Amino acid sequence: MISKKIMSDFDNYCKKNKIDGNEKEKKLNLLKKLINKYYYEPGEAIGIIAAQSISEPATQMTMRSYTLASQSDRLSKVTQGLPRLIEIFDARKTFEKNMMIYLMKEYNTKEAAKDIAMKIKETKIGDVIASDSMDLINMCIELESESEKYKEKIKFLIGKYIKDTEVSIKGSKIIVKPKDEEARNLRKIRSKLLKIQVDGIKGIENVIILKEGDDWIIQTSGTNLKKVLRMDGVDISRTRTNDLYQIYEVLGIEAARNTILYEAKNTLDEQGLDVDVRHLMLLADMMTIDGDIKAIGRYGVSGKKSSVLARANFEETKRHLINASFYGETDHLSGIIENVLIGQITPVGTGMVELAVDMEKMKSSKKKE
Amino acid sequence: MINIVKVKSITFGFLSPKMIKDMAAVKIEQPELYDPDGYPIDGGLCDLNLGIVDPGLRCRTCGGTIGQCLGHFGYLELTKPVIHPMYGKKIFMLLRATCRSCSRILVTEEETKKMKGNPLVELHKKSKKACPHCGEKQKEITFQKPTAFIENKIELTSEEIRQRLEKIPDSDVELMKIKGGRPEWFILTILPVPPVTVRPSITLETGERSEDDLTHKLVDVVRINERLKKNLELGAPDFIIADIWELLQYHISTLMNNEITTLPPARHRSGRALKTLVQRLSKKDGRFRGNLSGKRVNFSARSVISPDPCISINEVGVPIDIAKEITIPVIVNKNNIDELKKFILNGTKTYPGANYVLRPDDVRKKITEENKKDISEEIAIGYIIERHMINGDIVIMNRQPSLHRMSMMAHKVRVMPYKTFRINLCVTIPYNADFDGDEMNMHLPQTEEAQAEAEMLMLAEKHVMSPRYGSPIIACKQDHITGCYLLTKSGIKFTKKETAEILAPLGLEPDEKDVYTGKEIFSMILPKDLNIQFKSSVCRGCAKCDLEECQHDEYVVIKDGKLKKGVIDENALGEKKGVLINSIEKEYGPEGIKKFMDNVSRLSLEVITRNGFSISIDDSDISEKSKAKIKNIVDEYEDNVNSIIKDYYAGKIKKISGLEPEGYVENRILQMGGETSNKVCEIIEGSLKYNSSVIMAITGARGSFVNLTQVCGFIGQESIEGERIKRGFTGRTLSHFKRDNIGLEARGFVKNGYKIGLEPIQFFFDAMNSRENLMDKSLHTRHSGYMERRLVNALQDLKVEYDGTVRDSKKFIIQFAAGEDMIDPAKSDNGILNIEKALGDKS
Repeated sequence: MISKKIMSDFDNYCKKNKIDGNEKEKKLNLLKKLINKYYYEPGEAIGIIAAQSISEPATQMTMRSYTLASQSDRLSKVTQGLPRLIEIFDARKTFEKNMMIYLMKEYNTKEAAKDIAMKIKETKIGDVIASDSMDLINMCIELESESEKYKEKIKFLIGKYIKDTEVSIKGSKIIVKPKDEEARNLRKIRSKLLKIQVDGIKGIENVIILKEGDDWIIQTSGTNLKKVLRMDGVDISRTRTNDLYQIYEVLGIEAARNTILYEAKNTLDEQGLDVDVRHLMLLADMMTIDGDIKAIGRYGVSGKKSSVLARANFEETKRHLINASFYGETDHLSGIIENVLIGQITPVGTGMVELAVDMEKMKSSKKKE
Repeated sequence: MINIVKVKSITFGFLSPKMIKDMAAVKIEQPELYDPDGYPIDGGLCDLNLGIVDPGLRCRTCGGTIGQCLGHFGYLELTKPVIHPMYGKKIFMLLRATCRSCSRILVTEEETKKMKGNPLVELHKKSKKACPHCGEKQKEITFQKPTAFIENKIELTSEEIRQRLEKIPDSDVELMKIKGGRPEWFILTILPVPPVTVRPSITLETGERSEDDLTHKLVDVVRINERLKKNLELGAPDFIIADIWELLQYHISTLMNNEITTLPPARHRSGRALKTLVQRLSKKDGRFRGNLSGKRVNFSARSVISPDPCISINEVGVPIDIAKEITIPVIVNKNNIDELKKFILNGTKTYPGANYVLRPDDVRKKITEENKKDISEEIAIGYIIERHMINGDIVIMNRQPSLHRMSMMAHKVRVMPYKTFRINLCVTIPYNADFDGDEMNMHLPQTEEAQAEAEMLMLAEKHVMSPRYGSPIIACKQDHITGCYLLTKSGIKFTKKETAEILAPLGLEPDEKDVYTGKEIFSMILPKDLNIQFKSSVCRGCAKCDLEECQHDEYVVIKDGKLKKGVIDENALGEKKGVLINSIEKEYGPEGIKKFMDNVSRLSLEVITRNGFSISIDDSDISEKSKAKIKNIVDEYEDNVNSIIKDYYAGKIKKISGLEPEGYVENRILQMGGETSNKVCEIIEGSLKYNSSVIMAITGARGSFVNLTQVCGFIGQESIEGERIKRGFTGRTLSHFKRDNIGLEARGFVKNGYKIGLEPIQFFFDAMNSRENLMDKSLHTRHSGYMERRLVNALQDLKVEYDGTVRDSKKFIIQFAAGEDMIDPAKSDNGILNIEKALGDKS
């Protein structure tokens, strides 16, 4: 069995050296024989190696790298280094989210990018009005509209989202009058209505346009993959977000797995740390193997292990032991740490094989000597 | 022979009163421990039936002495039932899920089949109003942590709860998936008393006995239990009984767990909280993490390490004092008996000797000056001699923190005088060691199996390639690289005499020639049929590379084991790069690379010692012209920044692409600062003379041009949290500046280099920056340490199976092919399989 990548490398090699036909067949057979030398050996504790390969360089990471090299004009502070790595492995739901929106060929101009960026950015009522004031005599809120564009929309939205109010337009002013005439209530409504979204896509807090090579890219802080992908002009195949859960919801678990891989590899590369992708792939596979995203740690992968002892050894010893006794769980001691705890040989590497001697044959072979 | 039994599985459950009674050796009735003579009281908590901790006594149950008798449980009959504090929540769930009158589960069988999860949990989420079996209306039950259950504002007594739980039919218990035992066992009527071996008392110097925390706690329990009994017999009023019962409940609760949030922890007389059962198991120093997954070991040593270029990478210099202390058991057979007799005759003090003899009937004898002759005559085949460590024994060396598997490698012993461990310089990289006082641990595997495994799998030369990135991790560093560069650069010639001197440490000799070039000498340590070509580190990166025809001697060509062209430096020998090490490892295996590394380290250090290598302050001298150039660049930068700041103050800078004006100005200044630094760095790279500092920078031995820029150019922008320095006083960094001055000097720009020297303010900013780095480093080690623990814990059970899949302990497939292409990064070239190389061997 030879993987696709190696086969294509082999084809390239053959092309380069002008090997074909019978000769190529011969070479391929030779490769099949020799490649075993480069393969993982059965019993290799691949998980521990991966874990160590990722966390050993993590000790060398600095929280914030020394700024001697020129910084590109980044929009928001993107978490990097160790904190970001921990975020990824924790599969956290709240963190500094951002998106990189790539554009289709036809839209790949500064103007088009600007246009799309403006459409995407979430605008709230508070952003499009010039001023607002509370009229405590008439018990109403007056909004001074900045432009004509949103006036009708604001009226409609307030009516829709804030109940028991009358909304009317007087010149450039929008007047909101609640039925419940109480000053406290008025203040509540004011703060509520300023946050109503008028335009753009929810979650996209800020946008910036960058040029990367030939591409105009819209970088955003805040993310909403589902809606952005539906926009005209957005290149669906390249646009990405750093929010695992959105990728998972929109594109599925395989995409989420690739995002974990991409994000982790990127954070390590940014710090100039070299880690083989295979280690990160294993980690990403482990996090997504059940079809949903599981964090590394007591609530995720480690907490869902089948072995009671392994769980008790990691964290929350008491809880796991009590639950195990209640439900009468059985530990089959098939993992590593369980056997370490019991004092038995662990079933990895040389501990995976058991040798038995056929005494009859031994005797007969001795006689021959 | 001891019959080794393999534990196949462990099933968890909880004890029934009957089981407790059956396993107990004695009934505990007395709260006192000892009589006035200091002898354990029968029926007390140190009853001799519970096992023994004092020497000279024998266990009454099994007759064993210390070490033989592991202790026996006792039991205490509780006057009134007590609720098990750890199962409070579970009891609550059970009470809510069952009928208060008929104790049947509050759902019909059909309903349970429809339920997704465990009916116990489902009913806890949403309880039923009436019982479907007997129609009884259910009352609201609340749970007051940890052990109180209140039904209609009346607290349920433990007897009532026990009665209810007793009535639950077995079929319903099964429905709720409780398999550990009967639910009424959560209400304790009999308390198991742990053996004394679990809670040994310590005799202090004064002869006073100091009891274990657990014993203290148990004494409380027994005493209160007795008091409750007496009061019941006397017919005391109910509220007194209830009070005493509550106290008993408290003592039993804290006996199990002294960290229950709603209970005040039980304290020692000194005010220290007692360490009771749960505390013994959990956390870092608990039984699990502290004693089971990690243990203290014998046959280990620890000492300061120091460098020794003359020993091999797979050797370790062991101080003779350690070698005499740490022994290895050897079974006497007909081939080694004479040799072992010599060891015994040497005794314990003369090296190499032996310390103990183990007779076949398991009697251990210490060898002394007096009995050594007798013992040497006594020994016969089958005896085990614990002899001193000798040259060639396999030991495992370890330096903490053990972050990866290369932090523990096997080395061969070389016994040496003095008191430090000596290691080869090349293995400092995987251990991450230096010699400023670092210490390392050494372990001597005791069984033949362990020694063989360590030798086959853990020997240092088998870990030259790092599985992290598929390049050498045991590699050359610093003077090795400088030395090789000085040897192999063009125009270096040695006479025959000199050559002989250089080669002497390697055990090599010059042949017939009279004059040797450095390259020829280096070629002598290369394997005879090695062919390889690559760019060296000193390569200046011409626009068009001439490859073999390189004019500057910067392209390495090795043909048939002869270094034809190029210099040997970091690209050939360094960590992570090490092309030469990589290919030698691939082609000649661990043996070949070991030989090569040993030779390289000896050769290069010999060369650099003969040559002499030092740096001086005028290494960083640059011409007046360059100085002027640098000044121009810095001035230009200052002008640009000043004009931006001027614009900013004038309000000319508007919100640009989502950035506030302040942010934009900061970004621009930082960006231009970076560009300026790069420009200056380039100038300095061009104008420094060829000297020792520069040699180190270009060969990659140590330091870089950025470092040199900071010495002879300028330091640049000091930063805190990735921004220019802005903290300190209101609106300014130091009182030397005006408020709201966002100019360069006021925000931590240092335009002097270390050679010129820093002004006080600059020095202060530099110190701020250094301190941030220092704090960062020490603060984040714990984060990365915890991350490692979590990662290892999550992935530890994964292994490659015989079919090439990666599976976990349940044999659940994680990857169909390990790493998707089966290639082991440690065996690859930087993670890639080089087809040419793979085929090249035999085609």
